[in-house]
Amino acid sequence: MLASRVFSLVGRRSISTSLCLRAHGHAGVVKAEDYTLPAYVDRRDVPLPEVAFVRDLSAQQQALKEKEKASWSALSVDEKVELYRIKFNETYAEMNKGTNEWKTILGGVFFFLGFTGIILIWQKHFMYGPIPHTFSEDWLSAQTKRMLDMRVNPVEGISAQWDFDKNEWKK
Amino acid sequence: MSAALLPKPQMRRLLARRMKFHLLGAFLVSMTSAALYKFGVAEPRKRAYAEFYKKYDPMKDFETMKAAGVFECAPPK
Repeated sequence: MLASRVFSLVGRRSISTSLCLRAHGHAGVVKAEDYTLPAYVDRRDVPLPEVAFVRDLSAQQQALKEKEKASWSALSVDEKVELYRIKFNETYAEMNKGTNEWKTILGGVFFFLGFTGIILIWQKHFMYGPIPHTFSEDWLSAQTKRMLDMRVNPVEGISAQWDFDKNEWKK
Repeated sequence: MSAALLPKPQMRRLLARRMKFHLLGAFLVSMTSAALYKFGVAEPRKRAYAEFYKKYDPMKDFETMKAAGVFECAPPK
């Protein structure tokens, strides 16, 4: 309808030649592209899609469609299933079925974590210099002793774990 | 259909059922976590502080720390 309006406003001569070529004498109507037509979709929230799944029926399927117009009790179970499959691609059960994708994803994640670990090990071994001297055993002992002398965190922290009378860690 | 029919599934009040389930669940989970934190973390901590300050003598503590030499302005002498 909109196309005919355009014709009356613009005039037939200014319509592009490609349109005329594609018309093939079909009264100037362009063949609709697939993506412009209503589409079939398998979605949980769309129980009845806009079109049936099978667009071009074979002769056998067309005969079945004719039979469908009569009483349905005359149809066998297989015919009913065939009619279902013409209209729908997957059943809800098939649609909602889980996959094993999570295994692949988890495997990939672990693989790349491992690879990162290898890189870090290589870096520690070949790249980084020595750690600061304040991490030596002697320094750490002296540091801890000073913390205890200062009574750092005496209620619930480190000084609460030290027995000041017996001069050892609490059991 | 000669095969046995499936039982008719629940058609109505689906959101109501889901909401009831989740409201109850959310209430229980939040209350439980609050109670667990209160009795697992908060109360023991309050008790620990109360116990510590029951027998705390600040002057004695100061003298011990001074003797250990941690104060810059109050050396052990």
